[in-house]
Amino acid sequence: MSVQDYLLFAAALFSVGLYGALSQQSIVMIMMGLELMLNAVIVGAAAFWYFSSPRQADGQVLVLIAVTVMAVEMAAGFAVTTAVFRARDVDMTDMTADLKG
Amino acid sequence: MWQQIVFWLCAAGAVASGVAVFRVDSMARATFALLASFVFAAVTVLLVDLAYLGVLVLLMMIMEMVIMVLFMVMYMMNPAGLMPMTMVHNQKGALGISAGTFAVLTAVVYLVDWPSSGAARPADPAHALGEAIMGSKMLVMIVVGLALFATIVTTVVLATHRGRYDRYGDRLDRRSPDDPVRGGVGR
Amino acid sequence: MVEQAPWWSALLLPVVLAAFAVAAAMFGSVLTARTAGTAPGVAAAAPLRSAAGLLVRQRRSTLAADALLWRAAGVVLLLAGVLASLVTPLGRWSVGDLPVGVVWFNAMEVVAWAAVWLAGWGGNSAFGLSGGYRFVAQGVCYELPHMFALTTAAIGAGSLRVADIVAAQQQLWFVVWMPVAFAVFLLTVAAMAFWPPFDHPLGLDVAGGAASELSGVDRLVFLAGRWALLVSGSGMAVALFLGGGSGPLLPGWLWSVLKTAAVLAALVWAGRRLPTVRMERFAEVAWLVLIPATLVQALIVSIVVVAR
Repeated sequence: MSVQDYLLFAAALFSVGLYGALSQQSIVMIMMGLELMLNAVIVGAAAFWYFSSPRQADGQVLVLIAVTVMAVEMAAGFAVTTAVFRARDVDMTDMTADLKG
Repeated sequence: MWQQIVFWLCAAGAVASGVAVFRVDSMARATFALLASFVFAAVTVLLVDLAYLGVLVLLMMIMEMVIMVLFMVMYMMNPAGLMPMTMVHNQKGALGISAGTFAVLTAVVYLVDWPSSGAARPADPAHALGEAIMGSKMLVMIVVGLALFATIVTTVVLATHRGRYDRYGDRLDRRSPDDPVRGGVGR
Repeated sequence: MVEQAPWWSALLLPVVLAAFAVAAAMFGSVLTARTAGTAPGVAAAAPLRSAAGLLVRQRRSTLAADALLWRAAGVVLLLAGVLASLVTPLGRWSVGDLPVGVVWFNAMEVVAWAAVWLAGWGGNSAFGLSGGYRFVAQGVCYELPHMFALTTAAIGAGSLRVADIVAAQQQLWFVVWMPVAFAVFLLTVAAMAFWPPFDHPLGLDVAGGAASELSGVDRLVFLAGRWALLVSGSGMAVALFLGGGSGPLLPGWLWSVLKTAAVLAALVWAGRRLPTVRMERFAEVAWLVLIPATLVQALIVSIVVVAR
């Protein structure tokens, strides 16, 4: 294993997540794409900690932040979905494009 | 050697189940494919000596995905995938952008000379993490705590349809709240 | 003190868990017979008879079931129960003494959320699904108090390794100065294994809830997984709060077995004496009473640890 292997893996996860976040219409499915992208951040941060700077805990702290961001993202996303769904019976991004410039 | 094998198996498994998330029809299967992807990725985190963070990711993701599947079933039109349909927009563009991103990232991965450290790894990474977030990186912990608290308040405010006037009356003078579901504390 | 057992002990672990589960099931069955006034000898064999019956019975199938996820549910539940016990010491031996044993135990228990929900979802039945939803609702109630109870024991020992937690109880068992954490732990173990009084997810009012459509081998595996969770929870209660294998005269492994059996018997007995708690009632109790109580307990333990 090398840092390149891990980063390649993280890049693949990130790209799959990006595809999902860009192509899906349902808000819930978009969040799944975002989660995959954040998962790539976890893998990348863990790899950098192990291979580049095991003496400092920065990489580990970054993993902790990524996990927190995932939790916050999911909670906030579902709250917004619930609010939108309750107000207009809509769960797709194309129908909630009010702020489109 | 066995670490190499486990790593590549898990990496392939994580990416494959990540792709499966957007391919399967059933929402339950999509969510649990995502969970499988997280579990595979957590194993690769375990491989780099991060026992605590690997198991923590495992724990968090199982809980998150079970909560997620509830919302999937609640909001998707066709949760069980019995009537297959696609709900995508700009698929070609998305495919192109993500393939391009992957190509660029891969080029960066192999072109950049990543720093490597021969320094000894700490015997107990979890201990090092604890020292960091309670010492030099305490600001991170403080911000994370505040952010989580703000999230709790915000999400409840956004998601609930009943406010205090519904519970305690228009003049807020009801002595016990009028809730559709009575709790167990006997108010 | 506690040491890593050789690799083949991993093969013995399911056997030990199964022995505990069968003994506890027989105990429960005998208690039922005593209440009903029938012969206890016949009743003791009843769990084995019904297990054999489930083994040979043909599976029932439902329309448009999600067979993959449905079958996976029972297997995953059983696997989670066994893997959770990986870090539980029996006297001097532990199958896998991980440095983050407590977190590992908790992570394996959370798998029950996914397993029970899947068991309810897979059968494509309304009763099953509402049972699965009930368990998730119960899960968000019991999980935080459970985590804080685990954390309290880990704080007391200053380590996430179960061996260190057992070693820290040489002088004084944790149950003596963490009684709230211990009580909450037992309560949440019962809730985690959806054991009565927390058996609302399998409630009779929804025709058996999450397990309503399970039959034959699937049902047997699912119920075995439930027992595995209960037994592993009892074993962990002994290791975290009751001093593990420490005790006079008898060897350590026998003390572990006796204490685990006592905790398990108490859970089985209490489950038969208490009425089912609905999850919406438990929700408020958990968030307004149990979480503050465990937080205060953790605070007190932290202060003691720092001051000492």
